[in-house]
Amino acid sequence: MTHSPESEPAPLLQARALAYARNDEPIFGALEFALHPGEIVLIEGDNGSGKTTLLKLLSGLLEPTNGEVLLHGAPLTTARLSHQVALLGHLLGLKLELSTLENLRFAIGLGGLRSGITPQLALASVGLEGYEDQPLRTLSAGQRKRVALARLLLVPAALWLLDEPYANLDREGIELVNRLLDNHARRGGAALITSHGAYAFTSGTPRRIALRPGTGNTEHGTGAPAA
Amino acid sequence: MRAGSTSAACVALLRRDLVLTWRRRGDALNPLLFAIIVVALFPFALGPEADTLARIAAGTIFVAVLLAMLLSLDALFRSDLEDGSLEQLVLSPHPLALLLGCKVLVHWLTTALPLIAVAPLLAQLLHLPESVLPVLLIALALATPLLSLIGAVCVALTVGMRRSGMLLTLLVLPLIVPALIFGAGACNAAQAGFAYTAPLLWLGAWLALALILAPLAAAAALKISLT
Repeated sequence: MTHSPESEPAPLLQARALAYARNDEPIFGALEFALHPGEIVLIEGDNGSGKTTLLKLLSGLLEPTNGEVLLHGAPLTTARLSHQVALLGHLLGLKLELSTLENLRFAIGLGGLRSGITPQLALASVGLEGYEDQPLRTLSAGQRKRVALARLLLVPAALWLLDEPYANLDREGIELVNRLLDNHARRGGAALITSHGAYAFTSGTPRRIALRPGTGNTEHGTGAPAA
Repeated sequence: MRAGSTSAACVALLRRDLVLTWRRRGDALNPLLFAIIVVALFPFALGPEADTLARIAAGTIFVAVLLAMLLSLDALFRSDLEDGSLEQLVLSPHPLALLLGCKVLVHWLTTALPLIAVAPLLAQLLHLPESVLPVLLIALALATPLLSLIGAVCVALTVGMRRSGMLLTLLVLPLIVPALIFGAGACNAAQAGFAYTAPLLWLGAWLALALILAPLAAAAALKISLT
């Protein structure tokens, strides 16, 4: 565990001895890591190593078997998540019958709006200008993913939990995700993204956490937080 | 940065679900058609004598309406679960019970209200005495929200399972039998010339209780279902 001096602010997100077992079968062992503002961390692991489960634990959707998750230094409860965590899962949480703009307006109603951005701007920055009134049903899987990314831009969450954000995206889309992550980190946000390794996070040298079944985590890369 | 208020979230959810119902209005009409068909079949089976039909009219309409609502109950959270919207609702900073209450309200508005609106027509089909019609409408107005609320708790419990339709019916039916007994009982009492306010007041009391407790129970049940 990183021992931080008193003066340093509590990390945005911290996992302490975090473990999860499904039906007494350990999915992953005790995890120890901290995520500071401005950091992007890549969680690597094979299929079934518990990447999605980890994100659900960190977002509060699942209760850990052992250990705890700290958000700004205090234990995580769903009530405290308010406006701080945005989760993008395998299921995008978008309605196919609604247009892209209607979907985004609903997300804003539910999660609030970041200052200085509008749904139209967000759509433009994910390359979906002119698709405002298209029903989501008529969009491709990659385009739907881009709408979900636009939602991330709109809601005022400092912590992004992205489950396989590169899946379904073309080369340009992958670059788009990297650019969005970069901007988010520069604004002081942090992100935890999962990948099974086939897609590379190209920009910078992100910290990596490798999930191995039944054991703790191993960290690679530069772990120094930008204070 | 604008944090969305809870009322804005409720309005956004109400608007989204109403728009969705309108876009899927073919599905939304099913319960209505079901109730009309069931009631319309009774005169064919029992013969057209007005006296026979009048005696069973209130009970038949009540059963048809409750079963029609039961048909649509399974879909209450299903599509939200399948596309990930439910996770977004759970992770939103607003009280889940309140958001689920909004979904129940939409269910009642789009399923029960049309059924109550055609109840006078159904009453005509079965020769229900005109003096009993107001009692029937009041009883339906009290019993149908009760079913929506109780049903929401049961749906929240079973939504995580596959093919939960049968289980849901088994769970809900015993719970709504009292509403049926008191609702149809009030109509029968009015038809026989007895006092009918007591059963209606009982329904009202249960509705008041369910309005407060059911959304809380549904929220708790849903969190269990999602894990």
